[in-house]
Amino acid sequence: MADSSRQRRRNAIPGFGLTMGYTLTYLGLIVLIPLGALILRASTLGMAGLWEILADPRVLAALRISFGLSFAAALLDAVFGLLVAWVLVRYAFPGRRFIDAMVDLPFALPTAVAGISLAAIYAPNGWLGAPLESLGIKVAYTPLGIFIALVFVGIPFAVRTVEPLIAEIDRETEEASATLGASRGQTVWRVVLPPLMPAMLTGFALAFARAVGEYGSVIFIAGNLPYLSEIAPVLIVIRLEEFDYAGATGIAVIMLAISFAALLAINLIQAWSRRRFGYA
Amino acid sequence: MVQWKLRAPSRRIFVAALAMSFVFGGTPAVAQTALLNVSYDPTRELYVELNKLFAADWKEKTGETVTIRMSHGGSGRQARSVIDGLGADVVTLALAADIDEIARATKKIPADWQKRLPNNASPYTSTIVFLVRKGNPKGIKDWDDLIRPGIQVITPNPKTSGGARWNYLAAYGYALEKFGGDEAKAQDFVRQIFKNVPVLDTGARGSTNTFAQRGIGDVLLAWENEAFLALNELGKDKFDIVVPSLSILAEPPVSVVDGNVDAKGTRKVAEAYLAFLYTPAAQAVIARHYYRPVKPEAAAADDMARFPKVKLITIDEAFGGWDKAQKLHFANGGIFDAMLQANR
Repeated sequence: MADSSRQRRRNAIPGFGLTMGYTLTYLGLIVLIPLGALILRASTLGMAGLWEILADPRVLAALRISFGLSFAAALLDAVFGLLVAWVLVRYAFPGRRFIDAMVDLPFALPTAVAGISLAAIYAPNGWLGAPLESLGIKVAYTPLGIFIALVFVGIPFAVRTVEPLIAEIDRETEEASATLGASRGQTVWRVVLPPLMPAMLTGFALAFARAVGEYGSVIFIAGNLPYLSEIAPVLIVIRLEEFDYAGATGIAVIMLAISFAALLAINLIQAWSRRRFGYA
Repeated sequence: MVQWKLRAPSRRIFVAALAMSFVFGGTPAVAQTALLNVSYDPTRELYVELNKLFAADWKEKTGETVTIRMSHGGSGRQARSVIDGLGADVVTLALAADIDEIARATKKIPADWQKRLPNNASPYTSTIVFLVRKGNPKGIKDWDDLIRPGIQVITPNPKTSGGARWNYLAAYGYALEKFGGDEAKAQDFVRQIFKNVPVLDTGARGSTNTFAQRGIGDVLLAWENEAFLALNELGKDKFDIVVPSLSILAEPPVSVVDGNVDAKGTRKVAEAYLAFLYTPAAQAVIARHYYRPVKPEAAAADDMARFPKVKLITIDEAFGGWDKAQKLHFANGGIFDAMLQANR
């Protein structure tokens, strides 16, 4: 019995040993060893040292700015990314492929270039900055500027994760829903959106993770004023400039822990939504 | 047979050159000697010219070809790269504290490195001046004007920029003089300047951009050479240089990285390279690039006339040296951090 079940679990494609070995080596070299070194370095601080870093109001302010704005930016990305993906998949219009390619640009653009361009456009003397300034809205060198930079770098994640799922939606279910008397709102809310939820969450998580670690594009538009527009990665760089490696890794480890907790939470919500709606 | 013998080493050199080109991301070098000069941000234009001159000079004297590779970046970050193993033959950084840190962390440079070359191992000096909008609409004349309400001051973050540390110390030095050495009053003065700072860029070039291209702020605190460069590159009709009544003598020092040159066998040429910076030919180039030469007699009179006369304090006299100033002002939890906290 045990034998036959083991037999049945055998994969159609051989090579478990090889691929698993490769996976472990790869993960070890690329991910685990650097992260291990990070934690090892931070561990020279001890729990008391970490606590001291966390109790510093400036660190707290920077973490709040980093995670708060990343969360908001990822949320906006998830909503509008869905919209963009929907338009790109569902409707045929001239220039669609062009717009489709444009979505990936934030991936390809060096982040410093993105930051400088955004700062140039949103500065008080820039194309968008000048009219906004006359309305009393300051974008560049304020937290709003950081938010815009983070939305920018996150948008491809939100679009690309939901696109394939939208393409797979069976239109007949929508039609069935309509013929069974559901309103348009009900069809969108109860039929179209639920299967897209897990992908939206993945897009949200990726955009969020990217935003939390973003440095290059943000520093040019942030203003970097402590307690106001200083993101945690800038604070890490400042610690490094002080040759305070332990302090820098301390903040990094705290960020890592928060990110990990956030991503875990997102995964749990995802698992819940899968169970709830029965879709992958 | 003979042919084979000749070919093997040349192939090995080719492979080595190829490997080097991967390491440095440059073109494959055929030269026997290559030096890596790890420098700070605003020296790009200066060293392009100096390197050309030195290579020609070295070729003439020894018949050897030498190529010099440059690495530029924020002074502190560059120091960290060398500490983390970047194989610099020479370092030419913005402040002594960064080279001190390399010496302390790696022992590749002896502790008394600053005594090995003339003038505190600084072949050129600079100072901190103000760059203001054309016509000086806000009437900014001296450090006192920077604490006026409504004045926006642009400076990089002293934590991440060597130049900004000179800015900070120049302001602090002025305040010490003004208040007769009263530290508390001087700190309050500098704190008020930083209260007027709307953007803290991470490096000197970033601040210059913020001020010049983005139109933010009324006054930029800058290296004298950066201010002149901004004036020339971005338009004399847009900005004016204002020289405060007192500033600081900024000494960007140079040193051979002993541990690296001994391992690579490049000590002789590396030392010659740094000695070359003090020669009249190099000094003239230095003055042309708006750095103050340590041998003004070697520079063109026209170039020298551009440098305004200004009373300069030194870091050793006013602050007891870099080591002390660094710990007291810029360390985590130091005076600068306390100012930012008070400004919340």
